[in-house]
Amino acid sequence: MKRSTLFPYLIWMVLFIVVPMFLVLYYAFTVPTESGATWSLENFARFFEPIYLKVLWRSLRLALFSTVICLIIGYPAAMVMAGNAFERKSVVLLLFVVPMWMNFLLRTYAWLTILERNGVINVLLANLNLPSLNILYTEGAVVLGMVYNFLPFMVLPIYSVLSKIDRGVVEAAGDLGANSLQVFAKVIFPLSLPGVVSGVTMVFMPALTTFVISRLLGGGQFTLIGNLIEQQFLVVGDWGFGSSISVVMIVLILLSMAIMSFFEGEEKDVALW
Amino acid sequence: MHEIIVELKSLSKVYDETVALDGIDLYIRKNEFLTLLGPSGCGKTTTLRLIGGFEQPSGGTILFEGRDVTGVPPYKRRVNTVFQRYALFSHLDVFENIAFGLRIKKFSEKVIKEKVGRMLEQVNLAGFESRDVNSLSGGQQQRVAIARALVNEPEVLLLDEPLAALDLKLRKEMQHELKSMQKQLGITFVFVTHDQEEALSMSDTVVVMKDGRIQQIGTPVDIYNEPKNAFVADFIGESNIVDGIMRQDYLVDFAGSSFDCVDFGFAKDEEVEVVIRPEDLVLIPADNARLSGVVSSVNFLGVHYEMIVDADDGTSWLVHSTLMEPVGTRVGLGLEPMDIHIMKKVRP
Ligand SMILES: Nc1ncnc2c1ncn2[C@@H]1O[C@H](COP(=O)(O)OP(=O)(O)OP(=O)(O)O)[C@@H](O)[C@H]1O
Ligand SMILES: [Mg+2]
Repeated sequence: MKRSTLFPYLIWMVLFIVVPMFLVLYYAFTVPTESGATWSLENFARFFEPIYLKVLWRSLRLALFSTVICLIIGYPAAMVMAGNAFERKSVVLLLFVVPMWMNFLLRTYAWLTILERNGVINVLLANLNLPSLNILYTEGAVVLGMVYNFLPFMVLPIYSVLSKIDRGVVEAAGDLGANSLQVFAKVIFPLSLPGVVSGVTMVFMPALTTFVISRLLGGGQFTLIGNLIEQQFLVVGDWGFGSSISVVMIVLILLSMAIMSFFEGEEKDVALW
Repeated sequence: MHEIIVELKSLSKVYDETVALDGIDLYIRKNEFLTLLGPSGCGKTTTLRLIGGFEQPSGGTILFEGRDVTGVPPYKRRVNTVFQRYALFSHLDVFENIAFGLRIKKFSEKVIKEKVGRMLEQVNLAGFESRDVNSLSGGQQQRVAIARALVNEPEVLLLDEPLAALDLKLRKEMQHELKSMQKQLGITFVFVTHDQEEALSMSDTVVVMKDGRIQQIGTPVDIYNEPKNAFVADFIGESNIVDGIMRQDYLVDFAGSSFDCVDFGFAKDEEVEVVIRPEDLVLIPADNARLSGVVSSVNFLGVHYEMIVDADDGTSWLVHSTLMEPVGTRVGLGLEPMDIHIMKKVRP
């Protein structure tokens, strides 16, 4: 691209990415004094208090759990879609994509009415004379919300890699004596790894930082890192501490991306982003 | 040598609308190099895929050493395939690609090393063990594909146009290598090509196909010298094919004259096709020649000249000769009775 065409993008990036990043870094590494601010690691020290480490641990745990469930549901779904039944393929693809056309908040609110004490599920159970369930405001509800919202991000990259695998390679493996299980384990799965890595990344990161899902479906009982940051900025007004948590998150995300790209190996071009 | 290893019995395959194979019968003998030859879409790949077990026949049976293998999945057949587009495993290096089948069969690490090593030597790829297959040239990938199949010591190796993607020089080299490997290992090769020269130079048996049917089965010499019909004659090497009338046994009319020939058994005045190879036509003085015309084009092809002679009756003749007559010259074309091949008319 020519320099001149690149220019608007550069401005955009500087204004909305670089400047805010520096602001976050600035707030994270300073504490306010009467005469302005001084450099300090105080904000970071606070983060390592047990109460906040517990929040971090819960965030990691729930995000990881949701990612694994997304993978378990998403991989077979992607395989069905990449399979040979052409008519069904577009229907299944649509099933995954249509909810994404709807607003994220609306989708999550919808779950409220389904899971509520007097929601759809419990009404159904009552009609069947079964005891009602307390699903809403549990960790389970939070995980459910994450899986529901982020599943397409797992399915689509895996689907895109799987559908590009040459059928000839699968036949070659069969020709060399591999039964269908061995074909999957030794050929299809290894070849689909780039898609898995990209799916895992695309689910894990938003799951780690979400604050809407945990607030709506967790009822505020399960503070996640995202909630913590939001509170510091919007409720407590401690921008310094909020920024330092953000920095920790950025480091964590960069770290996990590094680990992921290690697994991904050389084939970077297949990823969806 | 004459033991039959694979037998196809009135085998047919129909895809939704197209008839890909229309009831073919074929024996494949042990240790022979058999080539399926024919124009694009004639059903060569389909035949291979049926033998390999990748497709199920719509009708007929496939026998493997006398046993019906219809319905037996590919991984249970003692057949290996070299695919038209190689289909190498891009996530594995050269060594692991070749070792794939052996690992499935749970050979010990030592045996695998030994066999793969020997195979690499055989296909001239020693030292390439840990190379990424995507970094190899077309010819090298081709050889990995062949090694990957051969290392399993199959009874029958199926090769689907394995040399089609290679340039001419490499292709000639690989033709030699394949042929000598086949002889040395004593494996039955079923080879697909649409290159008639390749078929003739490599095969013990050539099967000429067209529109899902077998046109002729025979040795390369038979196929070349005694083509059964005009299609085979036309497809195998260049031929002059003109309409003629069989006046009586050993006498045929074409191009406005009568010629002695060696064919007999046709009805009196039956309409036939006359096939004459360009190299069997000899340039002679135009006077007294039964077939004469004017040279309309000359092409130098290295070993010989290729000329087109427009005869007086309107037919055109392709002539191969080491002698050249310039364009516009009047020439006669001489031919021996045994070089005139009479075919039953198949085309209207
Ligand atoms: N999977 C399929 N579905 C529908 N039609 C098919 C399929 N495979 C082959 N055909 C048809 O069957 C016929 C024979 O095809 P085949 O691939 O056997 O030809 P081929 O002789 O190998 O040709 P080529 O030299 O081009 O490879 C063709 O008309 C082809 O279009
Ligand atoms: Mg083919």
